[in-house]
Order: sequence, then C-alpha cells, then structure tokens
Amino acid sequence: MDNNKTTANNKVNKQKSSKEKKDSKSEKIPDNLKLLFLEKMYTIRKFEEKVKELFSLGLIRGSTHVYIGEEAVAVGACSALASDDYIVSTHRGHGHCIAKGAELRPMMAELLGKETGCCKGKGGSMHIADFDKGILGAVGIVGAGLPIAVGAALSSKYLNNGKITISFFGDGASNQGTFHECLNLASIWKLPIIFVCENNCYAITVPASYSTSCTNIADRAPGYNIEGIITDGSDVEKVYIAVKKAVDNVKNGSRTVLIEAKTYRYEGHWIGDPQVYRSKEEIDYWKTKDPINNYKKKLINEKIITENSYTLMTDKVDKLIEDAVEFAKNSKFLSADKALDDIYTSNDFMFRS
Amino acid sequence: MDKVTTYSEAIRDALDEEMSIDNKIILMGEDIGLQGGVFGTSRGLYEKYGASRVMDTPISENSFVGAAIGAALTGLRPVVEIMYIDFITLAMDQIVNQAAKIKYMFGGKAKVPIVIRTQGGGGKGNASHHSQSLEVFFCHIPGLKVVMPSTPYDAKGLLKSSIRDDNAIIFIEHKLLYNITGSIPDSNYTIPLGKADIKKEGEDISVVSISYMVNKALSAAASLEDEGISPEVIDLRSLYPLDIDTIISSVKKTNHLLIVHESCSRAGTGAYILKEVLPDIFDYLDSPPVILGGLDSPIPYSYVLESAIIPSEEKIVNTIKKIMHNLIKNK
Repeated sequence: MDNNKTTANNKVNKQKSSKEKKDSKSEKIPDNLKLLFLEKMYTIRKFEEKVKELFSLGLIRGSTHVYIGEEAVAVGACSALASDDYIVSTHRGHGHCIAKGAELRPMMAELLGKETGCCKGKGGSMHIADFDKGILGAVGIVGAGLPIAVGAALSSKYLNNGKITISFFGDGASNQGTFHECLNLASIWKLPIIFVCENNCYAITVPASYSTSCTNIADRAPGYNIEGIITDGSDVEKVYIAVKKAVDNVKNGSRTVLIEAKTYRYEGHWIGDPQVYRSKEEIDYWKTKDPINNYKKKLINEKIITENSYTLMTDKVDKLIEDAVEFAKNSKFLSADKALDDIYTSNDFMFRS
Repeated sequence: MDKVTTYSEAIRDALDEEMSIDNKIILMGEDIGLQGGVFGTSRGLYEKYGASRVMDTPISENSFVGAAIGAALTGLRPVVEIMYIDFITLAMDQIVNQAAKIKYMFGGKAKVPIVIRTQGGGGKGNASHHSQSLEVFFCHIPGLKVVMPSTPYDAKGLLKSSIRDDNAIIFIEHKLLYNITGSIPDSNYTIPLGKADIKKEGEDISVVSISYMVNKALSAAASLEDEGISPEVIDLRSLYPLDIDTIISSVKKTNHLLIVHESCSRAGTGAYILKEVLPDIFDYLDSPPVILGGLDSPIPYSYVLESAIIPSEEKIVNTIKKIMHNLIKNK
C-alpha cells in the first residue's frame, strides 16, 4: 500500500519536467473559454455523482466507470478540437462525451437503458456514441479504441477534410499491442491524430509502477518517431495548451504527438470497487490537486468569476442534470421485439420463405 | 462475350471495377502494393490507383483491421486483405468486438462497410499455421456475413456485392482455387449474397458444400453418375446469409442429405447448417443426414497425414455410397 502511495506521489513530482514547462509557456486563454472549462468540468463531476447515485438505486446496471478526478483531461483536450473533429473514447467515457458536446438527456437516458438514449439503450455506459458530435464511440475493450482512431485519421487524411482525431486511452492500454502498433501506424502514415494517454496510476487494481516498464508513458513515443509530452492532468489549462499546440502542429503537417496527462481517479475502477490497492492518504493527496476546486480558486483570483457567479453556474448545471434524469426516467425502454434490430443494415437476406 | 480467367484474376478484376467507380474504396493489407498480393489478387492496382488507395501495411493485423474499421466509420469503404486466415486470429478483437457490434451497440446509428478478404484451407503442405479453415468462428458472430466462393465467376460477382454491402463481411478464398480457370461474362454482373447455386443437378442425394470442397464434391458426383447414383451438388457460396430454401427444396426432392466441409467437424460448419434446416427436412429424409468434415486435428505437414485429415474425393464417394447402400439394405 505504502509502495503504491509513494509511486503515485512520485509521478506527480515528475510532472515538473522540462517538456511540460516548455508546453505551458504562457498562451492567452480568453476569459469565456476559461468559464467554459470550469462549467464543463463541473458538469462532468455532477453528472458522474448522479450516475453513482442512480447506480446505487439500481436504475443503472452493469459495469459503470466514473471519471471523477480526471475532468481536466477531457475538457482541456476536447476544447482544443473543432466540433466536427473526432474522438474515440474508452470504458471510462462519460467525461469525454460531455466535453465533446454530447447532450445530457440522451446520455442519461442511455445509462438508464431507454429508447431515447443515444444508442437506444443497446450500448449503455461503455458504448456511448454521438456521430453528429464526432464522438466515434466509447470502447469497452482496453486498447481497442486506438486502431479505430487511427482509421478515422486515415480517413481524414485520404478525404483531405482537415479533421483531427484524438485517441483517448489509459496507462493500462499502453501495455496492449494496439498501442505500439498504432503509434507505429500513425507515424509511418503521418496521420492527423493526437494520442492522449490518461495516466491515472492504476490499470483496474494494478499500479502502473508494477505493470509498466517505464515511469512515463510519454517516454515510449520516441521509439516510434513520435514526440512524447507530459502534462499535468489536473490542470485544465495545461492540458488545453498542450493539445492545442499539438492540433496546430498536426494541422500544419507536423508529426503526431503522444500527450501523457498525469491524473487520478478518486473513485474505484468501477462503482463498488473495494479499492484494496490504495490508501486513503494517497486519495486525499490527489484531492488537494482537485481540477475543479483549484481552477475555481484560480478564476476567483483572476477576478473572472465570483462566489456568486459560480453559484449561478452550478445551479444552472444542477438543473440541467436533474432535467436529464427526469427525461431518462420518464422515457420508455425499447420494446423487446426490437432486440434483433440493427445487427445488419437490412434483414432481407435470410432466404427462408 | 465471355472470357476465361483465373480465380485470382477474377478477384483482382472485381476490386478494379469497384475501385474505378467508387473512390471511397481503399485496399489495405500486407504485400498488396508493388507485390500485388502474395496470391496476385491486387496485381496492377498499386500502379493504377497509387499508394493512397492500395496501402501496404506493417504486419500488425489487429491494428490495421481496426484502422479499416475506423475508416469505414468515417466514410471510406476499405477492403482489407489478411494473407492467411490463420493470421486473422490476431485481429479477432477488432472483428468480433468492433466490426460486428458497432452498428448494434450504437443503436443502429453507425455502419461499418468493410470487406475482410482472406484465404484458407489446406492441401499444399503449409502445415498448422497456414492451412486452417476457420469460417465457423465468424458464422458464430451476429453482425458478420461470411462469403466463400468456389469459382472465378462466383468470386467476382460475390466480391462486387460484398464491397457494395454496408455490413462487415468476411470473404474467404481458398489457396487451391487461385489458379483454377472459369468463364466470366464481360458484362458488369453481381451475385447477391445468400443465394446458393446448384452446381450439378441430381435426383438421389443432396450434397451441400462450399469453397474448394465443392470441386471435390463435383468430381465425386461425376464418378458416382457412372455407377448409377445421381447426387445434386449445392454450392452455398455464403454461410451467412445461409440459403436455407435451396437446401430444403433439394432434400424434398432427393430425400438424402450429405454436408461436406473442410473445417474441423467439432462444433462445426455442418452442425450449424444442419441445425438451420433440420426442422424443415426431417419428414422428408429417408436416411439420417450425414456430415463429412475435416478430422478434429491441426493440419499436419506431411502429404500422407494432411490427406488423411481433409475430406478427399474418395471419402465423399464412399460416404455417399454408404448412405445409398444402407438404404438399399434396409429396404
């Protein structure tokens, strides 16, 4: 336990690398964007807290992984994208979807398994997608999203449509073959893709210090002739600046980038995880780096918000989430006779009269 | 005007014709560029369409199949070549968990128009890692279609239909078929997926088969005709969709059924086909239906051993004779 704690804290200290300092050199972020960062992060936090509540009530079933603690990564990264750029998400995908613009009502309805859900209740927590928003889907297999993201980038390059793809994955996925294969493919084919590794210190229950041969996932990138950058995943502005710079570089024809965001999930891997693998002290340490509380303080210091305006914002978001929950609760389940729909594009090929 | 072409050329011609009318079609695979594919199925296409449409890939099956899926999700129509079906096992996550399920798990709001071409089967001494018949893996997965042509004519028409289909298709060729020749019309034809073809009409027994095994069934049928037994040989052409009606109406005529396939028998192709048709043919059968599949073994290297594993023409002949003779005896 102590080992894990030391490891996780060490990782924080290593965040102050020269690479990071170079990336975070002052770029002027407009006030309205800063406000949006805070609101989006707060929305994700509140959405996930509501998900936990609905899960405990039995309204959400199955495996559900919440994003609490990691909000700055999704918001910083997706804010650097255009609305028609692509993302490919992970099993812990609610935050990515909200950050990329998915609407709360169909998301919540999907989690409750309803026909008004973004996937009609056929996908659930691990398979949320919204193709109109460039969300090519959450993927329930660790590491399986990277090839799909590479393919989206290949498509954008071939069609010359200027779209960028972000591939989100975690430290666990960096030990899958697809991570290595896909960095290689993106590099040799010079694809418009940015790999964003959310290193939250644990792959399910196993610490990255045990499972991963290097301290920084970013250090794996140079072997594929890709630049590896480390950023503070608790600091939304640092993530935004790192990803924005990568987006601009890729659009200008530079090689792709792997950005490792050092982050932490406050909750267990899944709702109900007994978390025998880490200490309360470790969790408490990371909570001192809370991406939302610290950013709120920063914006108050910068006089961009006041306690009062913050409360107005949170009240608004709280109402939107309640509205999404009511919408989901009041929606119907897709009827059982539709269970076999959508397997193929048409059902007219079983030649049985 | 018909022209005589090889199976390999028929595949190449289908790719060429479809690529020439739809620039969203790209080819991806190992050694398909300058080399034109190790079986020559993309010969000349790299020169004609360039490296952006005929893409050599690194040996990273899972990831280039996944990349093709991602490209299909975002507007392209990739045709991927897996050099040997044995290597497709490396890409099973992307095929089984992604290509087959994306449409369903995203509530029908996405499609994956991808063709994964590969070749399988034994008979050339390629041993255990380059000779398998793994089609039944894919029949098991809802969301995939499985196509296995046995002639140049069928290969071309079915591949063109597969490329135009919006679903994920596993298109399995056979290494012993590439050099066989056949007559193909000049006209721009397609063959719908899921329509079996009666390759030889007969009265006495329905022999249902697919891919290279159709050729062995036809040779067996020809020699049995000399002995007064008239088998009807049905080439399924695809395992999913499965043309149940053609099998049923044939068995209603012949009252006997033999299913012949190269893949292992255990939990195999024959069991799958029989399950689909048995309720409709049971009352018409004059003998128990028989499945003649490959023996449940890895494919060995030696000619003697390999020949013992894969159903031979002789074994088909003897199996049919046994079915018919038992009947005569029982009468």
